[in-house]
Amino acid sequence: MTALLSIRGVTKRFPGVIANADVSFDVQPGEIHALLGENGAGKSTLVKMIYGVQRPDEGTMFWNGAPFAPGSPGEARAAGVGLVFQHFSLFEALTVAENVALGLPAEQAGRDLPERIRRVSAEYGLPLDPARQVGQLSVGERQRVEIVRCLLQSPRLLIMDEPTSVLTPQEVETLFLTLRKLREEGVAILYISHKLEEIRALCTAATVLRGGKVVGACDPREETARGLAEMMIGRELAPPGAPSGTSGAARLTLTGLTAITTAQFGVSLRDISVELRAGEVLGVAGVAGNGQDELVAVLAGETPVSPAMIQLDGRHVGGLGPTQRRRLGLNVAPEERLGHAAAPEMSLTDNTFLSARTRMRLALRGFLRLGAARGYAAKVIEEFDVRTPGIHAPAGSLSGGNLQKYVIGREILQAPGVLVVSQPTWGVDAGAAQAIRQALRDLAAAGTAVMVVSQDLDELMEISNRFAVIAGGRLSAPRPAGETSVEEIGLLMGGKADAAA
Amino acid sequence: MDMSALNPVAIAVALIVAATPLVFAAIGELVVEKAGVLNLGVEGMMIVGAIAGFAFTQETGSTTVGVLAALIAGALLAALFAFMTQVLMSNQVATGLALTLFGLGLAAMIGQPYSGIPAPPFPELAIPGLSTLPVIGPLLFAHDWLVYASLVLTAGVWWLLNRSRAGLILRAVGENHDAAHAIGYRVVAIRTAAILFGGACAGVGGAYLSMVAAPLWVEGMTAGRGWIALAIVVFASWKPWRAFLGAYIFGGVSIAQLNLQAMGVAIESQYLSMTPYLVTIVVLVIISADKARARMNAPACLGRPFFAAG
Repeated sequence: MTALLSIRGVTKRFPGVIANADVSFDVQPGEIHALLGENGAGKSTLVKMIYGVQRPDEGTMFWNGAPFAPGSPGEARAAGVGLVFQHFSLFEALTVAENVALGLPAEQAGRDLPERIRRVSAEYGLPLDPARQVGQLSVGERQRVEIVRCLLQSPRLLIMDEPTSVLTPQEVETLFLTLRKLREEGVAILYISHKLEEIRALCTAATVLRGGKVVGACDPREETARGLAEMMIGRELAPPGAPSGTSGAARLTLTGLTAITTAQFGVSLRDISVELRAGEVLGVAGVAGNGQDELVAVLAGETPVSPAMIQLDGRHVGGLGPTQRRRLGLNVAPEERLGHAAAPEMSLTDNTFLSARTRMRLALRGFLRLGAARGYAAKVIEEFDVRTPGIHAPAGSLSGGNLQKYVIGREILQAPGVLVVSQPTWGVDAGAAQAIRQALRDLAAAGTAVMVVSQDLDELMEISNRFAVIAGGRLSAPRPAGETSVEEIGLLMGGKADAAA
Repeated sequence: MDMSALNPVAIAVALIVAATPLVFAAIGELVVEKAGVLNLGVEGMMIVGAIAGFAFTQETGSTTVGVLAALIAGALLAALFAFMTQVLMSNQVATGLALTLFGLGLAAMIGQPYSGIPAPPFPELAIPGLSTLPVIGPLLFAHDWLVYASLVLTAGVWWLLNRSRAGLILRAVGENHDAAHAIGYRVVAIRTAAILFGGACAGVGGAYLSMVAAPLWVEGMTAGRGWIALAIVVFASWKPWRAFLGAYIFGGVSIAQLNLQAMGVAIESQYLSMTPYLVTIVVLVIISADKARARMNAPACLGRPFFAAG
């Protein structure tokens, strides 16, 4: 059998980095082929070459046995390659039909397009209304737009880059049904994901990349998730410590927290009441865009609410700003690393001032204590194993995982009474994610109340003592982590509070 | 007060003459902004168009050549902006401001020998039979061809943006340039084309001032109309027909204050001269007060530089 896509000795260099070194593997028709690797292992570069965004420096690709060198995404699409982007390439202000039309050649984007969208989306169990504005769609629906856009071109190879990181478990199930149906029709799928359990359930072949090289190929159905992870990072994973389980007095109490937003795609928080106790990790699960950003902003003090809605150690702090809250011991690490948690152009030293100024006394009577700031930056770098040339490096020059370690470490070393973190391991590779989770657990064990807002259920299962689910701006009652199944959480995430009650 | 000076038909015609340069400049800038580029150099491109149109008409005796020259001059200045912002990645706001200052200076220099010379008459496109009708004749059927061209331009841009694939791609580039690039559209090429179009439109708008409205060359004669055109684009929420309407409102306020001055209203003329600009500010403040609505139509990538990251 001729492979649909053969990659032979492909090498791609960037200034100072070899993204892919002599990569070779085959994708067969009707196969779901996993591409595994940590961040920076070279998966994205490889995908970009297959999709015609970049060209290999050396090596050849073959498509059904014939040399294949797409010069643009349009050429790759014409050959039969479809790509569902990790960060959707969608236009929020445009309608579903317009978004789909933009990804099709002009002759296929005629007046009958809305009808074809309806037909294809129904056929593959991905219901979509072509006339709706994409900005109003949920994340899962947006992904459907991407997939339908690919399917309309009858692809032979469908590349999915981290497709499930933003979906509820039920949405993941639906997606897998669609992918299996495609496989039966002979479509090959190149599947990129960090979620090893999913890969084991779905994929029939896997290629593992590390540092730009192929370090292994396997049948993921015959491997354990742990084995796959160790193949990816090239060393053994430290086993996670058990949740401490003990929790003390309430440190942070939310009472009827309500915050109505007027932002166009914002979510209003409605009547959230929850208690966060010393020594526990409370996980807040939910599909993106259900009020997580708003909740974190309210807790940080970026959105003030009426004072009694938030109590910190019995004090009403709802009306206080971020600096005053930090002084009292409530620290927040937001989701967006660059531009929110850290200023990209500023050095790591300067970035300490952003959140550690008050608690670590980095400023005195209006003057900066640069020595203290440098010392603090160096301490964070050392204790959290941040890989960087030094404290003078601009925050934007760090890789995602390293910057995440830095911004989380910057909060943890302030020994806050309450720490709220959002998406602590989003886009972070397995090794760094493990380190961050361990640090959060250690912090809780030392008596801090920790709240972790995340879309990664496996992560929350691993580190939380208690769970709550946010859906449509409402927070479910927390329940002990051990007593809740993934299915129940999935239903809650879909907003079906009674179904799981 | 002398009310006899008021002739409604004459006022309406004056209004159209005052509004037409703004229509050209605003519609051009609207296309540029829909592609996600903020070109603050409209004023500079207009005045260069004004002197180019005037000078070429004087030298060749042909107003058609004059209009063409203005179109090319505006586009050339815009090409400079496109090269700076799209190739050299300079800051759009600073480059646009520099373009305005440069254009004003350049036009003043070229215009030295042309000061005080009257422009040759601009041919009117009077429609036989209809143009002699009372009231609606001079109002609708006896204008120069540029007035009709401005209408066609507005309709054409509306059609392009809302009904054509090219317009969809243009809007997509302005909405999310990274996504457009990822799908395989040439963001820089599309933006450059939009910038050139905007420059050509601004050039023609400027030429209308020096060749029809004034019609003579005076240094600095655009008098801030480029800025008003920019304001109109925002005020119109990036919709062509609203921009057209906006241009007529601002044109109307300008003419109204001139007539009030002529009537000898007991308000200092300086205050009256301010009114079109004041109205601009007031309208802008009122419009932008509803941020959610303004944001909905605003191109999300407006003014943000695009770096092709692989």
